[in-house]
Amino acid sequence: MRLTPRRRRRIVRVAGYVVFGLAIVAALAAADWGRLSDAFFRLDVAGSMFPEAITVALRNTILYTLLAFVFGLTLGLVLALMRLSSILPYRWFATGYIELFRGLPSLLVLFMVGYGVPLAFPDREIPGGVYGSVTVGLGLTAAAYMAETLRAGIQAVPKGQLEAARTLGMSHTRAMVSIVLPQAFRIVIPPLTNEIILLTKDTSLVYVLGVTASTIELTKFAGDTLNTRVNPTPLVVAGLLYLVLTLPLSQLVRGLERRAARER
Amino acid sequence: MSTIEISGLHKSFGRLEVLRGIDLSVEPGEVVCVIGPSGSGKSTLLRCVNLLEEPTSGSIRVAGVEVTDPDCDIDAVRRGIGMVFQQFNLFGHLTVRENVTIAQRRVLKRSRAEAYRIASDNLNRVGLADKADSYPAQLSGGQQQRVAIARSLAMEPQLMLFDEPTSALDPELVGEVLAVMRGLAAEGMTMLVVTHEMAFAREVASRVVFMDAGVIVEQGRPAQVFGSPRAERTREFLHRVLEPTRVSESEIGANPGE
Repeated sequence: MRLTPRRRRRIVRVAGYVVFGLAIVAALAAADWGRLSDAFFRLDVAGSMFPEAITVALRNTILYTLLAFVFGLTLGLVLALMRLSSILPYRWFATGYIELFRGLPSLLVLFMVGYGVPLAFPDREIPGGVYGSVTVGLGLTAAAYMAETLRAGIQAVPKGQLEAARTLGMSHTRAMVSIVLPQAFRIVIPPLTNEIILLTKDTSLVYVLGVTASTIELTKFAGDTLNTRVNPTPLVVAGLLYLVLTLPLSQLVRGLERRAARER
Repeated sequence: MSTIEISGLHKSFGRLEVLRGIDLSVEPGEVVCVIGPSGSGKSTLLRCVNLLEEPTSGSIRVAGVEVTDPDCDIDAVRRGIGMVFQQFNLFGHLTVRENVTIAQRRVLKRSRAEAYRIASDNLNRVGLADKADSYPAQLSGGQQQRVAIARSLAMEPQLMLFDEPTSALDPELVGEVLAVMRGLAAEGMTMLVVTHEMAFAREVASRVVFMDAGVIVEQGRPAQVFGSPRAERTREFLHRVLEPTRVSESEIGANPGE
């Protein structure tokens, strides 16, 4: 039998499916299902986590994410505009800030805000307790990333848009607010949504600030339950709850990108 | 008082001198068409009039106001100067109606009802009253350019600048934009038009200006410039643009069969 190019392609393709299928079967057969389900899927342990897993832990995770996001977005917009400013010191400051905070681990910044600042200014404190510290601690880092995203978005709006607005007699500020920024935000919604997903996961660092029963978030909550019940099922529960938050956001990004592609 | 008075205008981009001493005036009601090869400085000249480009030296007065004066309120001057771009530059996030009303509302502070009425009048003027709720991306290039004209007209300008308004259009769509421009000229609008549409310049312009290498080579009535150009450079340009199939190989230095 001669091996025509078409037949060869078909054999290679079928072989690809077969190898993948065998690998899956082998992995499933090798696993000790009894022990796995005992360790990770104990319904009684999972059940004991509710309703606090949702009413306290998930709620705080969402709250920390939103607070840090709003803080980061606001600061990020200011930094992006400074970065694009015609005033040189503004550009220096914004560039310095962005390079600094993009280069530091979120955990280190969180330590700084949680312990460094109170030590340095003993008579002052960040308002809002843990919530305030988390907002600033995670927001400072998020702002650096979002500033770069927003800058790219503003620069992606064609120069003619600003020129047309100025030609109609709008001031630079008015043209930015009414014409350029709305279009820039549309462009950056997908990357900003990715930013929220990253922030959601970064809230798991908040435990270093010493959270209490009412300010606890998902990862710390799962870790605590793991210690008291001596069983890792809580990690699976926490993981699933994170996915409940992040998967719809990923889906949203994909939808928005599809829509943007259609509008082009 | 002239609508535009330009004297001794120079403009450089870095070491590249794009305009090398331009003197030009445009009287009220005149339609002046600027023609010339690519890179001759036509668009830069136009963009200097409303200060989208900052002149290097020289003076420009629009309706008696010195726009090159550092103390000039350029936003106020621009309100009176409409501008139509090659790439239309409609605001993509706004509907056609919003495109035509936003500057009326934000700059002229007109009431919503008044801005809507003026928008409708002007969209009607360019034949697009039924597209008010569409977004720019849903329109053809010719329609977008007509909306851009309506957007400028809604500010009730005393002068309109056109920067190659038909160069980005499919050939089939050029006519509808020229029709609107011809109508404006007939109504007495003062217009400065940079264009490659020689037929339009010949038919509509009150004066044709030929530019090359940053200077005005010659200007005059269309019949004179097109019919009996004085400068050799003008003759050569018009020959190549108007009779492209009759440019001979020897003219361009090609050496066939060698």
